[in-house]
Amino acid sequence: MARIQIITILVNFIFIAYIARLIIKGKLREEYAIVWLICTIILTVFSFWRNGLEVMAKLLGVYEAPNLVFTGAIFAILVYLLHISVVVSKLQNNTRKLTQEIALLKEALEDEKKTDKSI
Amino acid sequence: MPLKILIIIPCYNEAVSLPVVLEELGAIKLPDDHKITAIVINDCSTDNTRVIAEKNNTNVIDLPMNLGIGGAVQTGFKYAFNHNFDMAIQLDGDGQHPPSEIIKLVNNYENQPVNVIIGSRFINGNGFQSSLFRRLGIRYFYWLNRLFTGNRIFDSTSGFRLLDKKAIELAAENYPNDYPEPESLVIFAKASLIIREIPVNMRARLGGKSSINRGSSLFYMIKVTIGMLFSFIRN
Repeated sequence: MARIQIITILVNFIFIAYIARLIIKGKLREEYAIVWLICTIILTVFSFWRNGLEVMAKLLGVYEAPNLVFTGAIFAILVYLLHISVVVSKLQNNTRKLTQEIALLKEALEDEKKTDKSI
Repeated sequence: MPLKILIIIPCYNEAVSLPVVLEELGAIKLPDDHKITAIVINDCSTDNTRVIAEKNNTNVIDLPMNLGIGGAVQTGFKYAFNHNFDMAIQLDGDGQHPPSEIIKLVNNYENQPVNVIIGSRFINGNGFQSSLFRRLGIRYFYWLNRLFTGNRIFDSTSGFRLLDKKAIELAAENYPNDYPEPESLVIFAKASLIIREIPVNMRARLGGKSSINRGSSLFYMIKVTIGMLFSFIRN
């Protein structure tokens, strides 16, 4: 086994262990972890299977194998960024609703206090 | 049963103009069967907007986080909906909308009720007319709005509006976030609410700063265009 294979495999395992730790500690929700786990698994597969990249490139008609890596990686990153934008939008909507609800409740509470005093 | 009217005053750092607006608001006279309630929506101001409103014995809804004009006004619509108001009138805290003009909106509604009445600067061309640059932008929204809804509304960015019960219910549920005025007209039209525009006089703002400056105006145009387009497509 080549030195670079050992290094990548090792790094991948550390990465998986770190993701697992984040999930266990409740710092990362499972639905977001899925993407990261899949990416690491793909990387691990290609670390073991050295010719895999060449085979895949030929299969897809890519002349230079490294280009496949870049194209694939950039595409995956863009999709994931879009997903994160969706999550942020949802959070923003939720925050807005909560803020409004809290403000309205606060007003109602103060209103009640005022009427209590006047009685 | 008196007619319950809510005046929604969204404020972000309007300590300079708010006392004037509240004082003028207190001076307006409507028939006895009209009960006016004013509510200041304090959008997390960093000045003493809240204190000033409370000194004037006006109810304040204090947003714990800054939501921007859309979120702030919508809080007012939610309040109006929860408390079963018959009408809600948005009145900006910066003094651009003279409170005395509220009478025109209410009278117009009572003569011939529709769902939304917009107070417009441009029908008569009286009062403050805004800068040329802004007027061009507003002209663009006129065409966009006409394309999407068929309505001809000359002052679609005007926040000086009267909403009836049906419109309040819709706005409490669905109202755009930033720069909401032109986009909300598409939402109202999609819900087949009837919109009418009437002439009012406006003034230059008495204090504070506009939420739209030169740098962000391009962003504003693009954001509103996208917002209107997707409100038109959405069901």
